[in-house]
Amino acid sequence: MLGKTANGLFWMSRYLERAENTARLIETGQRIALTRLGDSDEEWASVLQSAGVYDAFLANNESLTKEAALNWMLRSRDNPSSIRSSIDAARQNARLVRTAITGEVWEAVNATYMTSNRILARKLAERDLPAVLRTIRQHTALVRGMMHGTMMRNEIFDFLRIGTFLERADYTARIVDVKYYVLLPSVSAVGTKIDNVHWESILRAVSANGGFRMEYGATGGPRQIVHFLILDKRMPRSLAFCADKLTDNLRYLNAGNRTRARSLEKVTELQTRYLTHDVSAIFDYGLHEFIQSVLVHLSEVARQIEVDFRFYE
Amino acid sequence: MNASGPFDEMWGKEDTLRAPYRGFHSWFDQEDPARLRAKQREADELFRLTGITFNVYGKAEAEERLIPFDIIPRIISGHEWSKLSRGIEQRVRAINAFLHDIYHNQEILKAGRIPEEMIRLNDAFLPHMIGVEPPGGVYTHIVGIDLVCTGPGEFYVLEDNARTPSGVSYMLENRETMLQMFPELFSQNRVRPVQNYPVNLRRSLAATAPAGLDHDPVVAVLTPGIYNSAYFEHAFLADQMGVELVEGHDLRVVDGRVAMRTTEGYKPIDVLYRRVDDDFLDPLNFNPDSALGVPGVMDVYRAGRLTLANAPGTGIADDKAIYSYMPEIVEFYTGERPILQNVQTWRCSEPDALAYVLDNLGDLVVKEVHGSGGYGMLIGPTATKKEIAAFRRKLKARPSNYIAQPTLSLSTVPIFSRSGLTPRHVDLRPFVLVSPGNIQITPGGLTRVALKKGSLVVNSSQGGGTKDTWVLED
Repeated sequence: MLGKTANGLFWMSRYLERAENTARLIETGQRIALTRLGDSDEEWASVLQSAGVYDAFLANNESLTKEAALNWMLRSRDNPSSIRSSIDAARQNARLVRTAITGEVWEAVNATYMTSNRILARKLAERDLPAVLRTIRQHTALVRGMMHGTMMRNEIFDFLRIGTFLERADYTARIVDVKYYVLLPSVSAVGTKIDNVHWESILRAVSANGGFRMEYGATGGPRQIVHFLILDKRMPRSLAFCADKLTDNLRYLNAGNRTRARSLEKVTELQTRYLTHDVSAIFDYGLHEFIQSVLVHLSEVARQIEVDFRFYE
Repeated sequence: MNASGPFDEMWGKEDTLRAPYRGFHSWFDQEDPARLRAKQREADELFRLTGITFNVYGKAEAEERLIPFDIIPRIISGHEWSKLSRGIEQRVRAINAFLHDIYHNQEILKAGRIPEEMIRLNDAFLPHMIGVEPPGGVYTHIVGIDLVCTGPGEFYVLEDNARTPSGVSYMLENRETMLQMFPELFSQNRVRPVQNYPVNLRRSLAATAPAGLDHDPVVAVLTPGIYNSAYFEHAFLADQMGVELVEGHDLRVVDGRVAMRTTEGYKPIDVLYRRVDDDFLDPLNFNPDSALGVPGVMDVYRAGRLTLANAPGTGIADDKAIYSYMPEIVEFYTGERPILQNVQTWRCSEPDALAYVLDNLGDLVVKEVHGSGGYGMLIGPTATKKEIAAFRRKLKARPSNYIAQPTLSLSTVPIFSRSGLTPRHVDLRPFVLVSPGNIQITPGGLTRVALKKGSLVVNSSQGGGTKDTWVLED
């Protein structure tokens, strides 16, 4: 496969995952804003931080309002990670790798693009927000379904999966990081209503509230949440789960390759250094510091993948 | 339809349904126009979803547009087709012989059939190709011959596209769309299939690989990139053939061969179906500013270690000034009279011809010798006085840059409009594959249709549409 194609596949699935995560993040933010607990503008600031677009938002907008934040994350072309920009970029990459993906996957990506361009063409009325976000999530799920249902399990598929799980791990880590202070066991307000809402918002942002309830009922606290999002290998958006998938797919790629990829070693390092301990060890290390280290490590993995598989040269 | 109007391929000149259209017409008669209108919309939706678009040149952001598709097929009888295809084969054979001769012994110049300066001073003549033996002796692996029809079985060649003819993806997708929307039409009519084209293309390309390979030839399609107007087609063909779609920056010369950068290192290519113009192919040998090509690819080619399809320098054969010599070229190399007719052509480089053209600008079509896409031409009968005056100045300033032809009475085929069937002018581009000792013509081709009433310009860049083209089994 061409290095350029691997690059296009990797970014196509990264951008699709990003669009979907951003949709989920906005839903969560809206939910918190509507419960009117705490300062709602502050909530949008933390949503923008979770999406990693806060600084760019401030540079391009006069003040932080709900409307401006929504517009920035949903449809701004000045924000390369907005839902609209992400879907545009996913589709552009899909065009680039048109020969590697099946016709059905291409059509699903193209339909996602056509739909998002239509529903995000104008500023949204608040009452339309839920339906629009649902549509985005359904479309990205359709693309993923088409990938699973129609693509050969070969290196093409591996690169799609690697892009998905790197983006997902990155996103989950950032969600935890932005909210790490409400997860610290030492915070005196533990057990108050505000914390419960925040905890639930974290779980919702990664679609983990149902799974968490199933696992812990009503008894779970920060310790369990951190364990669930970072270390639980059954939770499909946890760091440990994503790292496992990265390992699997890099291993498949290596099996067909003559050379051994450094990127696989890097992921193994990530697992042994950060994802094999008890949750107490994480708190001892410092939750914020821990997540920061993981984020740095993830970006090193991404860079190493570019080099190993000759994305650019 | 009156007897003096253009020939309509469905209704003839006398308003009598022509034989090839009988099956279609009896189906059409039973159809509810409202259902057909819905089908027309469905077709547009299908094209948009599959992304069958072309990019428009000259826009800041490459904008993707659909080429309008009309659901009424253009139908050619098996009998008409067999004459046409014999003519096309003869012409393509002659073109390849001409190219070989021009880049080797130049017998045709020695025989005085073409003036020597027509070649020597022609920008399309590529000195780098002198004495080069292309693998398998093939210059034009893919040819698209543009034809127009003026009466029953009367076809004229308008243009030979011997460089990188485009449009074949529309031929294939138009058929696919018709099959999906009106399957019953294909059980009622015996329409010859076109869907083998990609397989045939791959076989044909592989058959012209450099001699002496010890493996299956590695074929790739070279595209200028995602913003090129025909990018969709490049991706489509690579996909259908199951080969890699590469850009210049994916390629490099490694150990005397052209190789592509894969995830496992550089892998050599044997046959490059390039959709990049000669000028941009190799910054070391041609345009040094080109970022689309591969430095040194011409040296690999000249060493016989790569097939380029089409070969560099084939533009000399489809140059509009050379076009006027095609009847002589066909006779010279095949020893036969040309089966397909040329449109009468005045070469403005010749003083007598220029004088005639200047006197008759209002009746003629004047084209740039190297132009394409319907740009830079004058259509006398529909031009304003001001346009004619402006063109007259351009023509006088550089006469050798132009040729002129009479305005032919192009045939029409009905399109499906609000008011039912409405005649519109059409042309036809059949696609030809050439490999050593083998010339294959896909039955049918791309029918382009001018959607504006009375318009003769069918180019997609200027609002033309396309139709599915049927060749019937007789």
